[in-house]
Amino acid sequence: MSRIDDRFADLRQQNHRALIPYAMAGYPDYDSTLKIVRGMVKGGADIIELGFPFSDPLADGPTIQNAATTSLNIGMTLSKYYSMLDEIRDITDIPIICMTYSNVAYSVGYDRFIYDMQKHGIDGIILPDMSIDESKEYRDISAKYGMDTIFLASPNSTDARCSRIIEVSDGFLYLVAVYGTTGAQMGVQRYAIDALLRIKGMSRDLPVGVGFGIRTGEDIKLYVKNGADALIVGSAILNVVRDAPHDIETSVSRYVDTLKRETTEGA
Amino acid sequence: MSKFGDFGGAYIPETLVPAVEELQQEYARFSQESSFRSELESYLKDYAGRYTPIYHAKNLSKRIGGAQIHLKREDLCHGGAHKINNTLGQALLAKRMGKRRIIAETGAGQHGVATAMACAALGMKAEVYMGSKDVERQRLNVYRMKLLGADVIPVKAGSRTLKDAINDAIRDWITNVNDTYYLLGSAVGPHPYPTMVRDFQSVIGEEILEQMGVPDVAIACVGGGSNAIGTFHPLYNKSTKLIGVEAGGSGLDSGLHSATLSAGRPGILHGMLSYLLQDDTGQVLETHSISAGLDYPGVGPEHSYYKDSGRVTYSVATDSEVADAFTTLCKTEGIIPALESAHALAEAIKVAPTMKASEDIIVTLSGRGDKDMDIIRRYYEQN
Ligand SMILES: Cc1ncc(COP(=O)(O)O)c(C=O)c1O
Repeated sequence: MSRIDDRFADLRQQNHRALIPYAMAGYPDYDSTLKIVRGMVKGGADIIELGFPFSDPLADGPTIQNAATTSLNIGMTLSKYYSMLDEIRDITDIPIICMTYSNVAYSVGYDRFIYDMQKHGIDGIILPDMSIDESKEYRDISAKYGMDTIFLASPNSTDARCSRIIEVSDGFLYLVAVYGTTGAQMGVQRYAIDALLRIKGMSRDLPVGVGFGIRTGEDIKLYVKNGADALIVGSAILNVVRDAPHDIETSVSRYVDTLKRETTEGA
Repeated sequence: MSKFGDFGGAYIPETLVPAVEELQQEYARFSQESSFRSELESYLKDYAGRYTPIYHAKNLSKRIGGAQIHLKREDLCHGGAHKINNTLGQALLAKRMGKRRIIAETGAGQHGVATAMACAALGMKAEVYMGSKDVERQRLNVYRMKLLGADVIPVKAGSRTLKDAINDAIRDWITNVNDTYYLLGSAVGPHPYPTMVRDFQSVIGEEILEQMGVPDVAIACVGGGSNAIGTFHPLYNKSTKLIGVEAGGSGLDSGLHSATLSAGRPGILHGMLSYLLQDDTGQVLETHSISAGLDYPGVGPEHSYYKDSGRVTYSVATDSEVADAFTTLCKTEGIIPALESAHALAEAIKVAPTMKASEDIIVTLSGRGDKDMDIIRRYYEQN
């Protein structure tokens, strides 16, 4: 049982869903990221996704692209990311997921990358451009270090494809809720609900998280009603950060708190 | 086959998997169908102007000394570059697949122009992503695309060149995956693009074999690598020495170049595993070249495989060598080459003197240089 599995088991007992807010390490700067993480914990986040920037984030919309550019421009590196994780681990044992792109892991070497991530307290990894078909070595090495590999499914994934994704995913399956990049502003789509119901019907014990384009409590309520086990909120958090530069920690904690209220069915 | 050794593959967001699988199946089906092949052949002949001639550049050969230099005149293709070989093939495929909306990326603008032409001819509409730096330096081609009925979408992210145009085209494809065909312009991207684009461009090498037999040396410039792979692939099992030429920019030591195979290491970008210009932690590096069409930090995966296997030699030509080769061809033969193609010429000028007068070099002259007038004029004002 990983720390992510434990968290889902606890939440299930309380009839809660997981709220997973996203921060980009190094956006708007190193210290602010720490404040954002503290705000998330205070606001009731269940798991945190901490992005590591990549120069060419092709699954991301403008908000996360800009955050990645800012982070790289201020000199974010893997070693700074690891010291940030060490500081975070001094204040919380919340499960943390690293989201980045395949080339970062490949370039460093899967073994080195996953070993270091694990050592600095990362519980799971999301690589949005790591197709399951190319993932054997990455998964084998992750298994060796007890690292959860979280794969994505899309509303247009066939049932056969979804079964394979479910089979190789640890922690939870990440359903991309829109045809689009992160931060898409199209609200909750009928096809996303259909996909959620379909995948929930196949996933057995594996929790299903929904992300991309979630902004409001209403969005969350709809997904929860249709069986989502986790809600991932990315660009919307970064926009809160962008619009409240002076008291980032409080702004983030308030926003996370309002979203968290919607993660109990019937709340 | 989705891989070239370890290279290639399809490292893509899950949303694109059904689209890429559909493309694999439809391409496999139509490329075997005789009605598809004959339609493509007739467009290549009557619309694009194939065969393209091979010209024996006697004046240039005499000036340089050594081997005979021959030019495969892709610059005489409709639109002024080899790009039309690929866009006609893919646009016909898109049409048969029932796709209404075509998107493309472009660097120098040649692929964008060739896409706009093929789409106009086949009654489709193209939207072309182009880095805003390239929009600036290849303004003539932007206007040509608009005249041909395409929409040009400037991309302001990142280095504002070809790499960023591809990023945004892929993002568009993810967003409009159900009705959109992505018409990629080089032998890069996820499987099946590198294979499909190579197949469509192989007409270059096949014609070379037919027209002159087996040359001693074949030289082509390498951006993403489509004109080079189209030249090399049919010659792969022959005795020809194959040389790909990358953009050396201000020199490899300067860091200002686009010499992916010479200075990069394997990495994952744009859906493929291939050589990549990147820093220690996998961030993609900015590139530089006098020619927008070679200004790309990646390269087609089949070239990575050819490099590691040793079958093809990859060298570089610097901006100043390219400018020299460019003017030399203008003066000796009355042919204005594209700056991309001038990279291949620069290598021929280095290699010819080491060979015998009875030996033959074929240089793929991938495009004509009208689009580069502003750049070359500014280059000579500054140097
Ligand atoms: C004339 C010409 N040659 C070569 C290239 C480089 O592309 P590739 O390496 O795919 O042939 C371009 C790209 O724009 C071009 O316009």
